[in-house]
Amino acid sequence: MERVKAFRNDAYAKVTGQAKYADDFSFPGMLHMVPVYSDFTAAEQITVDTEKALKVPGCIRIFTAEDVPGSWKFGQISQDYPILIRDTVKSWGDAAALVTAESREAALKAAELVEIKGKPVKPILSIDEAVDPFSRIIPDEGDSNTVVHHRLRHGDPEQAFTESELIIEDDFETQTIEQAYMEPESAVCVPRHDGVIEIYGSMQHPFSTRRFTAAFLGEPLSNIEVYTIAVGGGFGGKDDNAAAVCARAALGARLLNRPVKLTYKREWSIRESYKRHPYKLHYKVGFSSEGKIEGVKASIYADSGAYLSVTPWVTWRSTAQCCGAYAVEKAHADIYGVATNHVFNGAMRGFGSPQVNFAIEQIIDMAAYKLGIHPLGMRRMNLIKQNGETVTGQVMDKHTVSIEEVMDKVVHEIGFRKKFEACSRGKAADDSDELYGIGLAVSYRGSSLGAEGMDFCSAIINGQYDGSLLLETGIHENGQGSESVMMLVLAEELGVKLERIRYRRSSTSNIPDSGTTVATRGTIMGGSSVVLAAEKFKAHLSKHLADRLRCKPEEVNFHDDKIWGLTYDYSLTWEDAMKELYLQRITPYAFGTYQAPDVSWDDTTGQGDAYFTYVYSCQAAEVSVSRKTGKIRVLNVVAAHDIGKAINKAMVLGQMYGGITQGMGMALMEEVTDDEGKISSLNFDSYKIPRSTDAPEITGIIVENSDPQSLTGAKGIGEPSLEIIAPAIANAVFNATGIRCKKMPLRINPKELS
Amino acid sequence: MNTITVNEKEYSIPDNLLEISLLTYLREHLHLTGTKNGCEKGLCGSCTVIADGSAVRSCKIPLNRALGKRIITIEGLQDPRTKTLHPIQQSFVDAGAIQCGFCTPGMVMSSYGLLLKNPEPSREQIKKALKGNLCRCTGYQQIFDAVELAASRISDSGMILKK
Repeated sequence: MERVKAFRNDAYAKVTGQAKYADDFSFPGMLHMVPVYSDFTAAEQITVDTEKALKVPGCIRIFTAEDVPGSWKFGQISQDYPILIRDTVKSWGDAAALVTAESREAALKAAELVEIKGKPVKPILSIDEAVDPFSRIIPDEGDSNTVVHHRLRHGDPEQAFTESELIIEDDFETQTIEQAYMEPESAVCVPRHDGVIEIYGSMQHPFSTRRFTAAFLGEPLSNIEVYTIAVGGGFGGKDDNAAAVCARAALGARLLNRPVKLTYKREWSIRESYKRHPYKLHYKVGFSSEGKIEGVKASIYADSGAYLSVTPWVTWRSTAQCCGAYAVEKAHADIYGVATNHVFNGAMRGFGSPQVNFAIEQIIDMAAYKLGIHPLGMRRMNLIKQNGETVTGQVMDKHTVSIEEVMDKVVHEIGFRKKFEACSRGKAADDSDELYGIGLAVSYRGSSLGAEGMDFCSAIINGQYDGSLLLETGIHENGQGSESVMMLVLAEELGVKLERIRYRRSSTSNIPDSGTTVATRGTIMGGSSVVLAAEKFKAHLSKHLADRLRCKPEEVNFHDDKIWGLTYDYSLTWEDAMKELYLQRITPYAFGTYQAPDVSWDDTTGQGDAYFTYVYSCQAAEVSVSRKTGKIRVLNVVAAHDIGKAINKAMVLGQMYGGITQGMGMALMEEVTDDEGKISSLNFDSYKIPRSTDAPEITGIIVENSDPQSLTGAKGIGEPSLEIIAPAIANAVFNATGIRCKKMPLRINPKELS
Repeated sequence: MNTITVNEKEYSIPDNLLEISLLTYLREHLHLTGTKNGCEKGLCGSCTVIADGSAVRSCKIPLNRALGKRIITIEGLQDPRTKTLHPIQQSFVDAGAIQCGFCTPGMVMSSYGLLLKNPEPSREQIKKALKGNLCRCTGYQQIFDAVELAASRISDSGMILKK
């Protein structure tokens, strides 16, 4: 395999153990906090008795919602998520109290003695029960458990169905998935002498964390300073409740005026943190005899759990992408988010697309099989073409629509056609136990937030007297390598060597709020903001250095780690240039804010330009299925993604490998299980994620059609890498066994194999 | 007196610490925070260290069972004088095997334990040796590449790994 050189600014710190994650921080006089839960799934009239617990030596104070100076609940869309509950328990993950003690041992001991009483209420744990008009209403506000309803209205599929040769009508089901970042939540909060609370936390979004904390403490945003430290993975999962963990430690720090550490056990992390929404999907799709999709009707339900979190945004993406990467002329879909008493569901890598892709990418194969058409030909006929129109009515004319190109690359690399002919289809060639199958899936994925929210990002370049450069952006390093990407972009824009640039540890008190680091928006938004800042920086430098370089400002050039005039006769080193500017009392500093191109959305019809650009993806998987045990093994995966431009190739491949492996976990092994709403898969013995021995060989192909909607040409890879491997595997399993798995994790009953 | 050797330095263990885990001792008492706590049940491998030449889960070992042993942690791998990275560490950097980095110290130490016993492992042997170390970011591909690269670099240089 070709080995590409990786660049990471944090590699040395991480490989030597010097990188500091939240739990690695200690401060003099630091107290330890632990959460206390009730054992209810749903209950009312909650009381918290702390008398015995407070007698434990070393126990300092136990906080409940009564102690909260600000708002005890908060949220990104609806402010319904209790950072500490008051009176009512709505899910088994709800935290009722916070024990603070001189040591973690004392805090743990005291926590066991906190008595929580209440009147249990029968929990509502299924979507069917939740949408029953006579069911108890779970949300505090509103008069229904249906917390969101998105509509897509794009022609009348009913009429199309009457003319269809084949109708596939079927149900699909996806499971609850835990993000399973390796580092459990943790926060250390330190009261500073000037009244600011400093936060060193394991969280995905410093600005979101700051909002949660400020609301909880009832203080202005400027009182809270969140620093970027090493974060042990997020995958979408370290927002609401990771922010709440920070807010809780901050409460202790503020009220006791001492540093407070709150580090989660894995069991608390899985108990309390929001997860990927399980979906129930019903699709009806009509096809012509040639395989053309005539119409799609879909009704999709997502279990939001007890709190709203980002359910409306997750289900919105499902709406915009409910017909996959296909040009469908007549589509009608209703997508609902429904409240239950499960631990809440929210953001996870993929964000509403893996679920719809699981259904639609199987339906295409199901129809191809029934019509006797090759699955590649079937896709080719229906895929969105350049300047074509999506189901949301968006005309794809502002970037390269490369879905067929990525599919062709995968088909060629893996040798799909020959291998497709060699599939077992339920019958092993000889006496072998192993059935063989290959399958693929494609997708387009809207980049960044789209019509989900306001989209902008800032960058700061701060030139120093000695020629070194400080860079900071509003995108947060969660482990994906965003800082390294920003440094590479700046090095290219300024034509400087990387060693000249230091990425400044970001602080929410320095860089303006740039939104959250989600939605595969780090590279496209952060990178574009660095380009804008660099353009301003260069213009500023050119203006003041042109005389020295004997040229006009517009003739100044930046390359080979120097600043040049019109000819090679005149140049300045960065050391001299920066010194020169300071002597002229000019600050070599630039600030850039990139605003995403316009998008549009009509809520009543689900029509509009949903995203300003799209990433195109294809993944194929080869599997073997044991006839004896039904066990499915993924042998080999080939993936191609058009990400516009790869800025850090080794890390792009790393994202692909990681996303595919996570997606494989969803397809084959992962499931959050519960007993009456009480989660039973609380650690890695019962919540099984892929291990090294499960990992297939993966070949990643990077396709680069530079995107004019991005100032670097680059889009992103985080989520596209995860969203189609499950249906690719399901299609491969069908081609191996002849059995169609419409529920995840995929299970083959060996009795059903001949 | 009870003692333990960590990264070639000997420490006396007072009796009141004998029940705590080796992981807690390393992190909270020696401030060697490179060894991570991911699950506290020996399931994720983030806390892997070398004890008398074998990779072990430090969260599962009470300190009284580590007495007299030679422990190597991630902080003990670099050349103490030059701070040069150990070839395994350098290979993780070069192969792009690091993302969030939380599993990295444990992965490096498990790889060290493997290469102590088997200096020329096959890719399959690498996969088996790392089975106890979870990584959620990388999909393991570049970690396997890193261990292969490290094995060849160590064998090319004739370096002997310390137990």
